[in-house]
Amino acid sequence: MAESGVDCDVECRITEGDYVVLKRGDVYKSVQVERKKKIIFEKQWIFLDAVIGELYGSSFDVNPGGHVSLQKPKNSGGDSSESKEAGQDNRHILDDGKSQKLTRDDIESLKEQGLKGQEIIQQLINNSTTFRDKTEFAQEKYIKKKKKKYESKVTVLKPTARILAMMYHGREPGKVCHLRYDTLAQMLTLGNIHAGSKIVVFETCAGLVLGSVMERMGGHGSLIQMYPGGGPVRAGMESFGFPSHFHETLHEFPLCKVNALLAGTLNVDEKETESENNGQSKEQPSQSMEVNTNPEEAKKMAEREKLREQRAQEKRVKMEEKKKRLAAAAALLEGQDADGLVIASRYHPCPVLLGLLRFVAPSRPFVVFCQYREVLPNRTHPVLLMSGGGGYLLSGITVSADASTSGAAQKTGEPAAKRIKLDDVNISA
Amino acid sequence: MSFVKYSELIQEGDVVIIFLGHDSMMPIKVESGAQTQTRYGAIRHSTDLIGRRFGSKVTCSKGGWVYVLHPTPELWTVNLPHRTQILYTTDIANITLMLDLKPGSVVCESVEFHAQRAEKAAQEFKDHKVGHLVTVRNQDVCKDGFGVVGVADAVFLDIPSPWEAIMHAKKAFKRKGGRLCSFSPCIEQVQRTCETLLDHDFEEICTLEVLQRIHDVRSVTLPLPDFGPEEKETESTKIACDHTTEDIPPTANPTNSSVTCKTATPPREMAGHTGYLTFATKPRD
Repeated sequence: MAESGVDCDVECRITEGDYVVLKRGDVYKSVQVERKKKIIFEKQWIFLDAVIGELYGSSFDVNPGGHVSLQKPKNSGGDSSESKEAGQDNRHILDDGKSQKLTRDDIESLKEQGLKGQEIIQQLINNSTTFRDKTEFAQEKYIKKKKKKYESKVTVLKPTARILAMMYHGREPGKVCHLRYDTLAQMLTLGNIHAGSKIVVFETCAGLVLGSVMERMGGHGSLIQMYPGGGPVRAGMESFGFPSHFHETLHEFPLCKVNALLAGTLNVDEKETESENNGQSKEQPSQSMEVNTNPEEAKKMAEREKLREQRAQEKRVKMEEKKKRLAAAAALLEGQDADGLVIASRYHPCPVLLGLLRFVAPSRPFVVFCQYREVLPNRTHPVLLMSGGGGYLLSGITVSADASTSGAAQKTGEPAAKRIKLDDVNISA
Repeated sequence: MSFVKYSELIQEGDVVIIFLGHDSMMPIKVESGAQTQTRYGAIRHSTDLIGRRFGSKVTCSKGGWVYVLHPTPELWTVNLPHRTQILYTTDIANITLMLDLKPGSVVCESVEFHAQRAEKAAQEFKDHKVGHLVTVRNQDVCKDGFGVVGVADAVFLDIPSPWEAIMHAKKAFKRKGGRLCSFSPCIEQVQRTCETLLDHDFEEICTLEVLQRIHDVRSVTLPLPDFGPEEKETESTKIACDHTTEDIPPTANPTNSSVTCKTATPPREMAGHTGYLTFATKPRD
């Protein structure tokens, strides 16, 4: 069955270097597949060597020693035959703590013998005096519980915004400002994120929001990530494992240069010359020291000097690259004609919104996520009425601030926020 | 204008959204020479719309003004002429994310078995310049399926008896599998759907409900109570004063003072229930 038809299996196979998501039960973990790399997942060391070449969506058994092996498709034959005997109710079942004849040490030694999870569960069932008296429903529940504990099945998934958003919210909500996956879904839709647009993103959600926007754009259009501090954070975006052409659409621009850009005083060369000077001033003292040293040390010094020169050269290339990227991002922003603005940060949203809206064309959506409602415009109350923690969204559409009614198209001006609404998004399973 | 690409200027044949004020919008198809009446007066398409920038303010004949907005799926959802009960942005957003939809996805949506509605939908897709992306089939999905096999990344069902379509949905999926969503208002429908999904080896079956709460931002003024002239400072009044120092100016006279603050209040009515969203993964064959 598996061999018939070629389909698109090549892209469905896990390759070394791929970013994947491991799933066990409802727990997810994002990792990069590398040979001989130890990964800790759900208190277990595992090696992913054996997943390479297998299909995405496959499940693997974790064997003693941490090596994984592909699970045989559907060997569920035994399950139904086990539970042929069952009780009607629990009137005779006593909780005396003695129903399980195997001790903890027995179970440990079974594990050490290398018994598979399913075999251990069978042993537990065989040694349970009450199992046969349990109702069918209770038996099922018992097996399910034991499976969760002893069967270490790991499924390897291709990352998507859905999976990564659930992973972050489940594992590290603090890193994504408690942005819940359904709230992220609203942001992408309210922002009308689609292929071919030019979107400005400001986020401090580890790159998850950025990655989700990139996924929706599919490598078409352009994205400018505004970043605070020294550089953009993109770990969450990297976890999507986008093909390289997606990265070509991604630009970054430092928030601290927004005012300069808007004032037209942005000097792209500024930073480069500054740090080049720094580099030179560092080199100066080392050169003067050289005078006092013996020939052997002078040789060493010369080598070191060569290395330093090499490093400086690399640095120059990097700076040149950075300069080019800054200029490219500035050029994209300068038009003040972005098709959308997405904000999800730990910063006060008002100045961020008012500052960045200036880059957006009229009649374009914007969306702001904030974990707390009270810091949204006008310090809304009451504070105590917060929902389970999914956060709040403020969304709207930009319009031209220009009051003129003449037919001539006006240059952007400052679009004012219109149709502001505060959305509190709730979800219940 | 197109629903898939923003444009700067309004052209003949475009659909534009006229924003008349809070919660009041109307869609217009732009035709040179045509006029549209609003409560602020007439809008003359040739002079007021064509060639103007999306997002600009347009003065109507009676002196009032409106904004003209570029259409988006979200604006269209609240402005379209209803032919049936529709899904709104809150549900759509979750469906889109949970179905892993992105550029290049092939999606099967319940085909339209009502001939007139099918025709209308096809015309609308053409008007909105997305005709090249959508094929409308006039058939019964429960009987005849989607009319495609082995091509879909995702399937979305919004029909009264989704369980009857699941077998067909299964065939529509690519060999590598994909994601399915079914929208149903009643829990009995959800139960039957989940059972059928299990019978057909779907995995990760999960049912969600998403409720959106919109808040109005408004200032409210709360009068402070008058406890009569103070004899001496008691412990409790001291605490009360500590709490409100931020809001009451220290000089405020307690007999007629009040506190004004901004609040976010939910509107009187909110959508309580639209439907349950059941998601599942179709595994690889």
